[in-house]
Parts: sequence; structure tokens; C-alpha cells
Amino acid sequence: MDKRQQERAPVYEALEKFSKMRVVPFDVPGHKRGRGNPELARLLGEKCVSMDVNSMKPLDNLCHPVSVIRDAEQLAADAFGAAHAFLMVGGTTSAVQSMVMSAVKAGEKIILPRNVHRSVVCALVLCGAIPVYVDPDCDADLGIPLGMRTDRLREAIERTPDAKAVLVNNPTYYGICSDIRTIVQMAHAHGMLVLADEAHGTHFYFGEDMPVSAMAAGADLAAVSMHKSGGSLTQSSLLLAGPNANADYVRQIINLTQTTSASYLLLSSLDISRRNLALRGKEAFAAVTELADYAREEINDIGDWYAFSKERVNGDSIFDFDRTKLSVHTLNVGLAGIEVYDILRDEYDIQIEFGDLGNILAYLSIGDRKRDVERLVSALSEIRRLYGKTRAGMMQNEYIPPDVAVTPQFAFYAPKESLPIEQTAGCICSEFVMCYPPGIPILAPGERVTDKILDYIRYAKEKGCQMTGPEDAKIEKLNVLKM
Amino acid sequence: MDFWFSEQHTKDVKLSIRVDRQVYSGKSDLQRIDVFDTPAFGRMLVLDGYLMLTEKDEFIYHEMITHVPMAVHPHVKDVLVIGAGDGGVVRELARYPEIERIDLAEIDEQVIEISRKYLPFTASKLDDPRVHIYIEDGVKFVRRRKEEYDLIVVDSTDPFGPGEGLFSREFYGSCFKALREDGIMVNQHESPFYEQDALAMQRAHKRIIESFPFSRIYQAHIPTYPSGHWLFGFSTKKYHPLRDLDEARWNARHLSCRYYTTTLHRGAFYLPAYVEELLTDVEEKR
Repeated sequence: MDKRQQERAPVYEALEKFSKMRVVPFDVPGHKRGRGNPELARLLGEKCVSMDVNSMKPLDNLCHPVSVIRDAEQLAADAFGAAHAFLMVGGTTSAVQSMVMSAVKAGEKIILPRNVHRSVVCALVLCGAIPVYVDPDCDADLGIPLGMRTDRLREAIERTPDAKAVLVNNPTYYGICSDIRTIVQMAHAHGMLVLADEAHGTHFYFGEDMPVSAMAAGADLAAVSMHKSGGSLTQSSLLLAGPNANADYVRQIINLTQTTSASYLLLSSLDISRRNLALRGKEAFAAVTELADYAREEINDIGDWYAFSKERVNGDSIFDFDRTKLSVHTLNVGLAGIEVYDILRDEYDIQIEFGDLGNILAYLSIGDRKRDVERLVSALSEIRRLYGKTRAGMMQNEYIPPDVAVTPQFAFYAPKESLPIEQTAGCICSEFVMCYPPGIPILAPGERVTDKILDYIRYAKEKGCQMTGPEDAKIEKLNVLKM
Repeated sequence: MDFWFSEQHTKDVKLSIRVDRQVYSGKSDLQRIDVFDTPAFGRMLVLDGYLMLTEKDEFIYHEMITHVPMAVHPHVKDVLVIGAGDGGVVRELARYPEIERIDLAEIDEQVIEISRKYLPFTASKLDDPRVHIYIEDGVKFVRRRKEEYDLIVVDSTDPFGPGEGLFSREFYGSCFKALREDGIMVNQHESPFYEQDALAMQRAHKRIIESFPFSRIYQAHIPTYPSGHWLFGFSTKKYHPLRDLDEARWNARHLSCRYYTTTLHRGAFYLPAYVEELLTDVEEKR
């Protein structure tokens, strides 16, 4: 990485320069620097609305970048150690979908862990590829899905030697990393591409003593959520490509679904954040890690809570752990993670990232202050004192191997009927059922419904998890394929 | 030369005090610290632009936050003071010989150092052998204590800066846990008058009554604080602030005060109607 070059922020600089030119706008957006929408201008500020402009010659065009956006992408590629980088404005969901669609097309197979984000399965609905799931292993104590075991991957490769790609989470929502270097070697040896969902791994590229990043491990494509640990605006993201990926083809795929009116607020936030990470990321993430380590120590000191870290590393399904993630196991306090999540928000004015059945995740980043961590720790101490129960009667998360009967795309578009959920055992589901967050599918289109899955759905609903996906928002009915 | 210190009390109201000279200005890790000499109020301490105390009127605040609980609780041995790096609360507490231990948890060491150097009128008793100073976030300090204090005095700044955590439910809950079974917590409770302050005041009351079985508000008049009308919270596990007030016992101590009297103690708990209303609003919503 060329540090001198990284001091530049071409999109940001072009915007600054453009705003000084006082150009009269007879183009979109129609709010015309906020004048046409004074309430919005008051809410967001004059500066913000005046920067909400359209693609034009001095500001380049995200669909076919030739000047400042191209420069910004090259700087991003250099900063992340990638051959190419694409600025994305449709969230990491769009980065993941472009990545998957660049690698596989209708009828082709892709190997992936079950604990993928919904955006991956949505990509399969769009492109018609066939998922081959790998059981991610579940930590029996914590009840969380782990990384991809290399022996399981070997089996999957032997079973489906015609697969075109392997997708891996680096890391999972909980901070669990797979042995991505070995996974890359195995996949490449069989002519398969490696795609990394790095929605939660931006900092791997800049921090010291971090798990290895996908590009450093030799992956071919990686979707990186700059707006999570990277500090850019919500919905901005990056797609990185290694030297073997066909960047021009990737750009074409991106343009299939990407807006032609990319927001310069998002683009400039990517540019500024990349510069910030390149110049100051090392120190910033060292501070985040230290804060997370401190929080873990204090939380574990309270008793019953278990804030886990590197001690869980087992050389395979937990090959490495991202210490900036503050995941806390809640079951020994007698509460489900989702209950703790609700109590923190409703009673303590503390919003955390998510709660599942047995864990919570507090997201720490470059914007956190020690005194806020003290509040979180004290709140957990109080919740234990006031709400703590014995552990009895709590159900764990559990891996239920999916039975993929037809492709997600076929199931999504096939003739279907709506049945009361209790009567759907044995049917093929045509929609998603997610427990959200963390957004891991319980059922995906094309999968057979089983009694065990129905039990799980019932229990998660009882515990107050937000269930999403089905057309029937209450999840009393489910769409299944007409037999 | 025209040299004024101004503090914004709301976005449309400010208080200005003529300054003679700036005695100190510096930045700690947490905040900016200024000390001024003024003709009207003597020396004053300012944190992040907010007036904390002046030499002329600090006695009101420090007497009221200390003597009210001390005249109620019959046997205070162990006291925890949170914030209060200027030493004013400690100065008043040190007048009671039966107090055996005063733990002071202040988050910003610089405030203590500056106070020792420039505010001898409040910092005078920080070296009392009963005083133990801990440089630590009060939220953290009290989290680790259980049933070991008779009295906790929360001398916080406003809830918009480093003192924010001292207005949270988790903090008040931790204080409850750190008090003995007949303990009392007294806290700086903001002002009821200006809208922003009143909201903070209501919020604090809400958070306190979620943790303590009984809590009452009392008032004082502090000329340099926004609106001049200031509140304190009296939260307790056992003693009632009026029924358990032992006037004879306290008066027999012959402590000379310039604001506090046991008669004023009674009066201080009788609040204006609109303040009662603000508090009932919160209590009814529970």
C-alpha cells in the first residue's frame, strides 16, 4: 500500500471542488441542493443536501468509471491488497449478490455454509444456481453456528466436483473465522473460485493481529461492509476482486442490478473511510480490540455471563476469532439472548446489534467510548441481579441439515399454495423463513419442511425472535409448492 | 477591556459573568477545564464550558447535598461520593466525626489536581485520612460494590457529557446494590424549569424509582445554575426524609451552616405545583 497516495480522496475532493463552482442545476435530483425540500434540508443540514448530486463529467459515473471514481476504486484496491475494487451503493447485499452472480449461473453449483446471510440465497433465486450446503458445526456450549470445517468441505468437493465456487464467511456475525487459506488451496486445486462474505471483516485489512483477510488468503472475490467496522455511511460497501477474477465481467454483473443514480453521499463516505482506514486504521482497531478485551474481562467478572474470545479457537471450525466482536453467551443467567436484547433496549436505553436464542452481540467499532462500555457492563450486571434465573428449560440453537429438493429459483417461481404452518411437514417450502437477526435461513426456497424445523420456528417465535421472510408476516401460514 | 464568561442555559437564554482574569485553562483526557476569577462570584470552575461552582454560592449546593441525608440517617459510617472532584461534598462530610470512611470516585484526575491547586475553599479536606480517592468511572466503581455504604452522594455534572452514565438506570441500580439495607442515595437532580433540563430531571426520576422503593425530590436556590432553581433526589431503602429527620440530634452538633437548617430541610421537600406535576407524570407512567 502506497501511504502517500492513500492521503488522497478523489471523489471527496471532486465534490468539494464542484461545490465551489456554484453550478446552476438543471438536472436531477429535483430537490436542487435542498431548496425544493426545506424540511429535509433542515433535518439533514444544508451541506448534506447540497452534496446530494447526480453523476456528471466532473464527478464521474459509477456505472462506467473513468476518472475520480476509477481513481477512488484503484486507491481502495491498493488499500485492501486487491487487484480491483468496486464501490457499491446497494449495501453489502448488492456486493454479495454481484459476487455470487459473477461466479455461478443457472444450473451451476456453489458450495456454501448454511449460516450464510440471506443475500446469498437471494442471489441464488436471482441466478438459478444450485446450493450445496456444508454443515457449519455448532458449538454445543454456545449454540452458535461456527466456521466451515476443511474435512466437511473436502467431502462436499468430492460429492460435487462440478461445483464452480466455494463461499465462506470471514468472519461470521459472531466473529468466527474458518481456515480460509486452506479453503482457498482446496478450492483452487479443484478449479473452483473462492468467494468471501466479509460483511463483518473490514478491519481484518488494517488492524494488527487480526484474522487473515480474504484477499491476503488468496480468495477471488470478497464483499466488504465498509459501513460496519469501516465507518462509512449505511448502505455503502465494497466488492474486492483478486488477480484471477475477470473485473470487466464483474462490472457487467454489478450493472445488471445497480442503480444508475449512485448517491455521492455514499460514494464520498467510502472514499473518506478508505483514506481514514489506510492512514489510521491500525491504531483505531488496536483501540477497538483493547476495548472489547476490557469489556469481556469485566463482563466475565460479573459471573454467569460468558463473553467468549480466542480461547474457543480449535484449529478448524473455529480457526480464528475476531476479538473486536463482543459476543456474550446468556443462557447461564437464565435468559435467552433475545430477552437480554429487549431488556437492554427497553429498560436501559442500550441498543445492541442482535440477540439470538443463547447469545447477544454488542457491536464495537471506531466510534465507541469507554464510558459507554461501562454502561453496557453495568446494565448486564443489573440484569443478572434483577432478572437472573436458573438455566433449566432453555432450548439451544441447533443445526438442522437442509433437504434441498429443488433449486431456490425454481421453488420461488413455481405454482404454490398457502397452508397453515402446522400442516406443512413434508412439503417443499417456496419462501424464506429467517430468524432475524442474525438473518440465517431456517428454511430457504426449495427446501423440505420437517417436524424439527416446525418445532424450532414455534420456539423462536415464543422467545420473541423477529421472524421474517414468509408472505404471511405472522408466520401462521407458509407458502409451499403445489404437489 | 470587556471580558465576560457566558454560559448558554438554553439556546435562547444565557448567563454572563464578568471575568477579572483567567487563572487556569487546560484539557484533560475527558474535558476542558477552566478556572476564572470574577468580581461578582469570586473564583469559579468551568468544565467544557459549563459552570460547575463559584466561590460565592457553592455552599448552597454542598450543604444541601450533604446535610439533608446526614440529618436523617442515624449512623453513617461509610460514604461513597461519586464525581465531586472539587472536594466540596467531602469538605462537608468531614465535619461529621462518626463517619469512618469516605470513598471518592472521580473519573477525571485533573479536576482533583486543579481543585487542590486553585480551589482551596472546596478542596480543603481531600487530604483527610478518612478520604480514599479512586480515579475511576463512577459507573464502574459502584458496579463492584455490594451492601457496603450507608450513604452515596452522586455529585454529577449534567447528563450531556462524561457524566451521562450517572443518570442511567444501571447506575442507580448499582447504587441500590452498593447500599446497606438502610442506605440513602442523594443525587444532583438537574433543574425543573427549562425544557431540556426538565426532561433530564424527569428521566432521572424515572430511572431512580425503577431501582429504589422510595424517592423524593428536594430543592435549593443556586444563583449561578440555569434558572437558579435546583433539585436533589433523596432515594432510600428505609428512612423517610421528613419523618426520620432528627432535628434535635442534628442541632446538638452545632455545625454552623449558611444555607442548611433543619427547618429549611422540611421546607425543601415542599415543591412548586408544576414540579410535583412533572414528577407525578413520571410516577404514573410506571
